[in-house]
Amino acid sequence: MNRKITGSGQDRPNRLNRIRPATNAAFHMILLSAAALCVIPLILVFMVSVSSEASLTANGYRFLPDSFSGAAYSFLWNERATILHALWISVLVTVLGTALGLFLTAAMGYVLSRPVFRLKGLFTGAVFIPMIFNGGMLANYVVVNNLLGLGNNLLALILPLCVSSFNIVICKTFFRSTIPESIIESAKIDGASQFRIFRSIVLPVSKPALAAVGLFLSFGYWNDWFQSSLYITDSRLFSLQALLNRMITQIQYIAGNPSAGASLQQYISQMPTEGVRMAIAVVVVIPIACAYPFFQKYFISGLTIGAVKG
Amino acid sequence: MKTDRLQTDRHQKSRHKKRWTRDDTELSLLGLPCLLWFAVFAFLPMFGIIIAFKSFRIAPGHGFLYSLMTSDWVGLKNFSFFVRSNAFGMLLRNTVLYNIVFILLGVLIPVTLAVIIRQIYSRRAGRIYQTVMFFPHFMSWVVVSYFVYAFLSPDKGLLNGIIRSLGGQPVQWYSEAKYWPFILVFMQVWKTAGYSMVVYLAGIAGIDQSLYEAAVIDGASKWQQTRYITLPGIRKVIVMMFILNVGRIFYSDFGLFYQVTRHIPNSLYTTVSTFDTYIYQAIRTNAPIGQTAAASLFQSAACCMTILTANFIVSAIDADSAII
Repeated sequence: MNRKITGSGQDRPNRLNRIRPATNAAFHMILLSAAALCVIPLILVFMVSVSSEASLTANGYRFLPDSFSGAAYSFLWNERATILHALWISVLVTVLGTALGLFLTAAMGYVLSRPVFRLKGLFTGAVFIPMIFNGGMLANYVVVNNLLGLGNNLLALILPLCVSSFNIVICKTFFRSTIPESIIESAKIDGASQFRIFRSIVLPVSKPALAAVGLFLSFGYWNDWFQSSLYITDSRLFSLQALLNRMITQIQYIAGNPSAGASLQQYISQMPTEGVRMAIAVVVVIPIACAYPFFQKYFISGLTIGAVKG
Repeated sequence: MKTDRLQTDRHQKSRHKKRWTRDDTELSLLGLPCLLWFAVFAFLPMFGIIIAFKSFRIAPGHGFLYSLMTSDWVGLKNFSFFVRSNAFGMLLRNTVLYNIVFILLGVLIPVTLAVIIRQIYSRRAGRIYQTVMFFPHFMSWVVVSYFVYAFLSPDKGLLNGIIRSLGGQPVQWYSEAKYWPFILVFMQVWKTAGYSMVVYLAGIAGIDQSLYEAAVIDGASKWQQTRYITLPGIRKVIVMMFILNVGRIFYSDFGLFYQVTRHIPNSLYTTVSTFDTYIYQAIRTNAPIGQTAAASLFQSAACCMTILTANFIVSAIDADSAII
């Protein structure tokens, strides 16, 4: 199950069955340019964020500005109250949502993985039918906003995203393929309830699947701006992504905290607009860019389990 | 494994099939929270489709549900209005054509990259390339729209800077529709290729290495090995990704169309609008809810049909590869 994707050792290409050195070099060039394409935008955005406003006005966005400046970041630092609050909302939604989603997903995955269960048809149908048909964006909006009345409520950011059929299939497949039925049977003979079996046997041995699903969920929550844009108008409930989304059309949105002696109007007109725009994007991206290489393998193992017919 | 299954089978037979056991109660309770979630967030919206058949009118002083129940039935009027509107043909064309291009490139480019990355000598380099190419998947479309803006900003963007320094006329990227099909396709591939490549790499890693060894002994070239071992080996994965994508042919990656264009300026409206952006904008502008619901239901129903059809065709050709 946890097959290495580009494992070392035994699946290294056989010496006799290697491509020619020239082909190898050509392939490296292709892969190198593809990889460069993926990171160059981030580098450009970072360089813009540390360019001086004068250099940006004269030359536009460049990889190497004429002069550097930390003005954009010091501006953001001045507005840290807004940004830290948005960060707090992002973290809160991500943590609560992931915890709730993980519990619901694992519990349902376990129930569906049981070979003998009277209501299996009902539960399986409930999970699989939405993969084929759903009410659509409008009906979802009406349910969350009008029926549940969750407009301007953090629950509107958490609840709609916490369960997905795909994640349940991952858990179910993992439980079924890695936990021997005999262990569960013997626990039952010893008098353990299903809750106890789930908590004390199934969850502890399922860390790879739980890690994968937890990562899918937390990246989903962290990157979500869509739910915010539909349900949240109160700026105190803006997450980082919602803030970024708002700033696409209203860059001044971030400026709300004039330094001593300046009016809000002056403050906004002195704002290093271009740098700030890119600096906040950098602030949002850097944590993910630093974290994902370490989580990548759990992510991949989740994809691999999910790709197995469940 | 096999004896396990035999034991459970015997177990099952030894019980009376109809009897409700303590296990059933406990498992039902364990799955209940999630079942409730599905009831509210997946099945309740399915009933929401009746909005599409009503002329929704707010009943003053009553809740949404009451207003909905007392609104008049109008049959298919909302649908005929939507289908006959100017928007429909444009939305259908954009959504389906973009998706066809995405599906084709979404197989071609990632599979090629996956095959190539397995061939290079250094496994370490391969892992680094893979990690870097996976990076865009973890960005939200909002962030990506900032990346794109750094290149396409009309007055400061890198591309116009290059055009100017070469003596050309700067391009007003965000108001010239003709470039956008290419920009959107490029960005879609940019964001998804690494992810798909990882899925295909997982498929390739599962291929039995002895097949390649046998092929080498038989004198097969690298190209023949790819053509007759690697590609057939990941056929199932390709078909699965294909069905999933075809099933979503009436959906679009909303963020791609809405964020990368910076909230769809008017000048790009007919080039980059899809069903999703149309419905979203209708929700945001409080357009008549019945017609929006008709558009939304049309999309869901069309998707349901395509996924079942795609799966049916695949299972007719090769029953093993079908996913339902």
